[in-house]
Amino acid sequence: MSKITLKVNGSAHTVDVEPSTPLLYILRNDLGLEGPRFGCGLGQCGACTVIINGAAVRSCIMPASSVKGEITTLEGLASNGRLHPLQQAWIDEQVPQCGFCQNGQIMTAKAMLDKIPHPTDAQIRETMNATLCRCMTYHRVQTAIKRAAKTMAAARVVSGEEVVA
Amino acid sequence: MTASNRIPKQIEEALTMHRRDFLRNAGLLAVSFAAGAGALNSEAAAQNAAPPAPGPYPDPDYHQLDSWIVIHQDNTATFYVGKTDLGQGTGTSFRQLMSDELDIAFDQTTCIMGSTDITVDQGGSGGSTAMERDSWPMRRAAAEARRVLLEMASSRFGVPPDQLAVSNAVITVRADPSKRVTYGDLIAGKRFNVTLTGANVNAVTGMAKVKPVQELKYTGQTPPRDDIPAKVDGSLKWAVDVKLPGMVHARNVKPPFACAKLTGIDESSVRGLPGFVKVVSKGNYVAVVCEREEQAIRAARQLKTTWQKPPTAPFPPSEDLFTYMRAATPTSASNPAVVGNPDEALRGAAKIIEAEYEVPFQGHTAFAGAHATADPSNGQMTVYSNDMKSYGMRNGIATFLGMPREKVRVVWMHGPQGFGRTAADDAGCEAAWIAREIGRPVRIQWMRDEETAWDTKGPAFLVKMRGGLDGQGQLTAYDYDARSCDYNHVGYNEPDTVLIAQLMGSRRERPAAGSAATPSEMYAIPHRRMKSAVVSLPLVWETPLRTGNLRDPNGPQSTFAAESFIDELAAAAKADPLEFRMKMLTAATTDDSGFRRARSIAVLKAVAEAYGWDPRPSPKPLSSGNVLTGRGVAYSFRGQTIVAEIAEVEVNRQTGHVWAKRLVCAHDCGLVVNPQSLRRTVECAMLHSLSRAIHEEVQFDHEKVTSVDWVTHPSLRHADVPAAIDVVLVNGDPHPNRPDLPPYGGGEAACKPMLAAVANAIYDATGVRLRRVPFRDARVLAALKTARV
Repeated sequence: MSKITLKVNGSAHTVDVEPSTPLLYILRNDLGLEGPRFGCGLGQCGACTVIINGAAVRSCIMPASSVKGEITTLEGLASNGRLHPLQQAWIDEQVPQCGFCQNGQIMTAKAMLDKIPHPTDAQIRETMNATLCRCMTYHRVQTAIKRAAKTMAAARVVSGEEVVA
Repeated sequence: MTASNRIPKQIEEALTMHRRDFLRNAGLLAVSFAAGAGALNSEAAAQNAAPPAPGPYPDPDYHQLDSWIVIHQDNTATFYVGKTDLGQGTGTSFRQLMSDELDIAFDQTTCIMGSTDITVDQGGSGGSTAMERDSWPMRRAAAEARRVLLEMASSRFGVPPDQLAVSNAVITVRADPSKRVTYGDLIAGKRFNVTLTGANVNAVTGMAKVKPVQELKYTGQTPPRDDIPAKVDGSLKWAVDVKLPGMVHARNVKPPFACAKLTGIDESSVRGLPGFVKVVSKGNYVAVVCEREEQAIRAARQLKTTWQKPPTAPFPPSEDLFTYMRAATPTSASNPAVVGNPDEALRGAAKIIEAEYEVPFQGHTAFAGAHATADPSNGQMTVYSNDMKSYGMRNGIATFLGMPREKVRVVWMHGPQGFGRTAADDAGCEAAWIAREIGRPVRIQWMRDEETAWDTKGPAFLVKMRGGLDGQGQLTAYDYDARSCDYNHVGYNEPDTVLIAQLMGSRRERPAAGSAATPSEMYAIPHRRMKSAVVSLPLVWETPLRTGNLRDPNGPQSTFAAESFIDELAAAAKADPLEFRMKMLTAATTDDSGFRRARSIAVLKAVAEAYGWDPRPSPKPLSSGNVLTGRGVAYSFRGQTIVAEIAEVEVNRQTGHVWAKRLVCAHDCGLVVNPQSLRRTVECAMLHSLSRAIHEEVQFDHEKVTSVDWVTHPSLRHADVPAAIDVVLVNGDPHPNRPDLPPYGGGEAACKPMLAAVANAIYDATGVRLRRVPFRDARVLAALKTARV
């Protein structure tokens, strides 16, 4: 066992675990952050996705000792009591069925939109392709991503971050 | 440990909001909640000075109106229903119907679902029966509550009930609207004390009649689903999230091959591992328990065990499955359903078409491994589970453990998609058994390879079909002969067939027979025979090739064969496949009591119109270029729900890759309660069947399943998703045009036609008929090459 300090959603936490412990179990079982979930333990499905340094990371195969940088989980997306535009788009489009995979869908989409603010359909399909859903909500996930992209772009225009030609 | 770790959010919210009301309701509900909440929620106990009472856990009495509806002082209502929600948003739909019958604003209601000591036993979920069957007692109870409240107001104001008006849970005297009283003022803190009648829970009724559908205000509208916000902000507590004081983690050690006999466990291989608690084992069942989750995963992988192989191979390898099924002697067969004289008609036919169709085993492959948490405190057993049949799980676990039923309860919580008899049943019994063995709360979860390999499978199907056309291209003779590999089909929460029981040596003297369905259509075919049989794998106990109900258990398989074959007949008759079907529907002169034939015609017309179908025979002339496009139609019904689907596909002749570019569904399930929820459910059911059409197959060698993850058992992905999906709700969208039909099952019917629609579209595009599912690239490419396309 060794002490590992993780910065998650703006707070630092120190846990005493085996360094090889996958990040997922620490988030869920020690820090009570249950947005990321176990789906496969193999990095194949995306249910456990968190964002580290802007990248969507599969926390089920990420040893805690390898984490370098601040972690954002689903619980950390909302700010000042307002849902992230992606979360709002998910509600507006009524995306989930069972909802179990939606952490992975939302977090993977967040990392994508932060890098590609106006993704094409092909970019959405490619970037999201390894994030699985067994209820098959894919079509709505893609619609919601496009909706959120528009909302986020509009917010940037209002705040002067983006100029519309 | 906060209360939120121990109580499902929905129940906790109800408790927080309405705790005083609940506890003041001396009697049935208060007993339920004192038991349920008191044992769990020390805060509630402290506030209300109620001791943390252990069981016995009651069966909420469905003959008591108070079991269904509680009205609170703030004029809100909580509905208690014995159903679970697998992601279709049924709780919201129940609220719509019950709000309408009770005459209360939808926003003033909540719905509590599926926990055995809190909600009446409606069996949980299954068979797409939520609206069709189970919403009726809910509606009648709500209507009765409204009637009783009007009577109470009548006494208060001295005015007959028919001179009272009610709106949004406020009753006024028509002649003097200043005289008003809220439901909350009339009943909060008191019991209805009204006994309902009816021989069983489905028949429950009071004296009041339900409203005609034209008077339903919320029904037919689309309020957003109430479960979705917590699913996207991370606040929902799922069954996987349950944490109890002193809880440990367990992982199974599955046999390395089917029908294996455990010959040794070397506990020293894991004893020194961090967090190790115990190896628990009985018969061929083995699990490892550790303090932390990742420790249990590691220890289960590291535990050294030895196993003996069975004397004969448990099953043929998957590539030989259909050869095996063809040669096998059936374990049972149905009496053929015969109309006219099919043999004579075939002999006299101008053209005879024969074909054989194959659908392999396909898995539930739930998105997360099966899981449950069990708490053995107080000599009782509380199991937290996402199992869709929580009531059956309670009974199954009580019997499996030999515990009195009243000492067992199941708290239902959300989980990954449930399409029938999933391994959640198995995990519930495992958690309970281990918890009792070690005397501590235990959380168990199956790993990916266990879930994919060992969950229950939809049965494989082999269907032989023959059809005879006369000189005018009319179908005169039809012969359907199906066999499924479904012997020892496991039921829900059966204490003698759950996997842990099998591994501990339980055997049924007479395994479940299984089934092989015949097609569901309303075609007028003068001479037909339909028969089916079930065959068995060589060994059927302690095997990962267990069959169980998977989302319309036989529907996608039988409809794949039947509706592919109708397409083959249409092509042989050089007829447009949609018109060929339509002719056979309109040729019939009789219909059933639900107008299934007339509604089939309407649905087929609607799907053609929505797609923009131009009549022509299939296949279309082969075009040049790498990408060939085509369209295919298929139709079926499930109960009284009629579905027709059209798939438009692109087939890449270089790679064999099939992309369903556009899907259209016309769907008639009678009364539509929530059009948006229904559209979403239909869309996802279609895509699930698209996944089964192009990806899914359980593969195995002669002793173990080799499909163990998302690479070896692929599922639909984002890149596979059609560019456009249209769902037409034929009956009743939007609300005012809705005819007065009852609601029928929504989801599963939509799973049926898609496999055939895709196969028919591939044929239309390429002229190549695929009779074996799934249509993976390699199989399609091989077929194209053989046909020199």
